Amino acid sequence: MRNFAAMLIIQCAVIFTFLALGETLAWLTGIPVPGSIIGMLLLTAALQLRIIRLRHVSGVADFLVKNLGFFFIPAGVALVDHFDLLRREWLPIVGAAVISTIIVLGVTGQLHQIARKYLSRHDQPS
Amino acid sequence: MTNPLDNGYILLALTFITFTAATRLARKLHTSLFNPILITIITLIAILCAFDIPYSTYDTGGSYISFWLKPAVVALGVPLYRQLSAIRSQALFILLAELAGCIAGIISVVLVAQLLGASREVILSLASKSVTTPIAIEVTNAVGGIAPLSAAVVVCVGIFGGITGFRIMEMTGVRSPVAQGLSMGTAAHAVGTSMAITEGGYHYGAWASLGLTVNGLFTALLTPAILSLMNV
Repeated sequence: MRNFAAMLIIQCAVIFTFLALGETLAWLTGIPVPGSIIGMLLLTAALQLRIIRLRHVSGVADFLVKNLGFFFIPAGVALVDHFDLLRREWLPIVGAAVISTIIVLGVTGQLHQIARKYLSRHDQPS
Repeated sequence: MTNPLDNGYILLALTFITFTAATRLARKLHTSLFNPILITIITLIAILCAFDIPYSTYDTGGSYISFWLKPAVVALGVPLYRQLSAIRSQALFILLAELAGCIAGIISVVLVAQLLGASREVILSLASKSVTTPIAIEVTNAVGGIAPLSAAVVVCVGIFGGITGFRIMEMTGVRSPVAQGLSMGTAAHAVGTSMAITEGGYHYGAWASLGLTVNGLFTALLTPAILSLMNV
């Protein structure tokens, strides 16, 4: 149990350190990319370069990834403050979001399948 | 305050209770149409409206949940790392597919919104609708839209894409597991990713988180340019 608690702290330390690094880098460079995305890329790089081992991050990271959807709930509830706007423009909002989502799903998937078929004759199968 | 519900911690507890109950019910019902996230959002909105509680009160508790969004995005680096060797052999196709998906997404959402008569600020808020909330909010702020609207639309798109994604891909002929995972993350960000994990398995999640990440990057970098090219 003591071991578990200690790992939890280490894993949280790793994740928040990389978040802090990402935030700092975004602030320093002024690039319009969120710090969390930069932190994620840095974490991937650190794992790849074996600066960080999987066991230093995996438990908490897997927990966070599996529950990503839950963390969106407050942002969804925030809709309550925008009922006026929604009442006025619900049709374009819903229409554009739905049609565009279908297009993104189809275009991304199809293009990946097509590109893979024609560009990878001598590549290994998935 | 005479209303006992006008308390962030009580509303926070209600959020956890509702989500737990909805998750258990969803497991019994075996249908992706009953989405615990959506049910929880609707229930909480109904409670706020019924008891006339302002969102700012809810957020005193809710912000403890949204706080974990950013660390969770960082944590996506782990499935990304686990898939890295497989990704490298396909980097070209993935970048091509992502670039096309990103551009098609921004252009189509702007065109349809214009066609249906949306105001300029709504169009600007919709451009980032496919990407994860923390990115979407920053993109919307950068182009001058309404950030909370983006956040809400992003959540709804995620839930819509998460629920219908596999059916839409079946209809549009997207069949390879890699393409399916990638599309789910590209179109429906984190909710799509979690649905891809639920319906497909952990390795779908890796492709989906890749789609989420790359589309997030492309969207953050390309949205301002595409919007100005389209004269929005």
